[in-house]
Amino acid sequence: MTTFQLFLIFLGMGLVTYLPRFIPLALFAKRDVPAWFSEWLSFIPPALLAALLAPDLIVAKTAQGAHFDFLNPKLFVAFPVFFIAAKTKSLGGTVISGMALYWLAQKLIESGYLG
Amino acid sequence: MDAEYQDKEKDFLKQGLAAAWPICMGYMPIGMALGVLAQKAGLSVFEMALMSVIVFAGSAQFICVSMLVSGAASIPIIITTFVVNLRHVLLSSSLAKHLDSMSLKGLALYAYGVTDESFGVNYTRFIEGGWTPKKALVVNHASNLCWILCTIAGAWFGELIPQGAFGIDYALIAMFIGLLIFQIRGLIYVASAVIAGLAASVMHLYTEGNMYVIVGAMTGATVCLALRRTAFFKKFEKAREEKT
Repeated sequence: MTTFQLFLIFLGMGLVTYLPRFIPLALFAKRDVPAWFSEWLSFIPPALLAALLAPDLIVAKTAQGAHFDFLNPKLFVAFPVFFIAAKTKSLGGTVISGMALYWLAQKLIESGYLG
Repeated sequence: MDAEYQDKEKDFLKQGLAAAWPICMGYMPIGMALGVLAQKAGLSVFEMALMSVIVFAGSAQFICVSMLVSGAASIPIIITTFVVNLRHVLLSSSLAKHLDSMSLKGLALYAYGVTDESFGVNYTRFIEGGWTPKKALVVNHASNLCWILCTIAGAWFGELIPQGAFGIDYALIAMFIGLLIFQIRGLIYVASAVIAGLAASVMHLYTEGNMYVIVGAMTGATVCLALRRTAFFKKFEKAREEKT
């Protein structure tokens, strides 16, 4: 595929990515929306973050199929990270400690102390 | 504009960057991985850069690269991108009321950088107060710049970096955990998150693609809206209010 052909594909992708981001902003920024809608929207952020996060932590997808997996390092590390986030209220601190704990967990698994 | 406000606005760049750095941490491994894959798929460094500049949507870019490898035509790639990025409608709708002071031009510039990550960071700050569209704009475009640079770096020399170094694979997960915790301002928000998380996980088990994010989030929000309208919940909240 030539660079120009790719450019056209990217342009199309860019357009269908941009419009769903822009249209709601343009529609709802200056307009009063119905009370039920804005209440519904207020539940979206925690719901969306959980919907992004939970499958990563508890669903394992392999070539053989998908299943719930409640015994994996990503989930185990999540508990202390939740606690750290709630206690420190610092996003940067949460990210750094999450990385450190996950790194540690993997080292422990490699060395045979866990699972 | 009063003096205090101007004072706060002066270092909008600094504050925006300070808020954006956890996002950049999270983008590093993913952007590099994308760059490596794209390079293996035969994209040049320039083409990788072009894609990140025009599209800026991590998961859609991954899918595009894998579809290119399997020889997909352009229209299916574009349709898939549309479906994968449809969840941004929810993000932008939630953000809109915090950006009411922006001109249409400003909003047009803002829309370019609406991602799960920048949304999470900016929405949290808006709710906490003291956050302005200008600072949010810095977050969006700093993350975007970082993403572009990481994907380029990946295409260039990504293979030299060992997989999973320093637990960096966990950066985005930890960030989503933090952002989720910061959204919890009452029991009903916990319910919203738990229902959405379960619904998304179950759907992820049985379906391909990432529609589970939208369906899960909408399920959580809709159940909570219904819950709050019930007499039982109203009584429960009233009892809590009287207690405190």
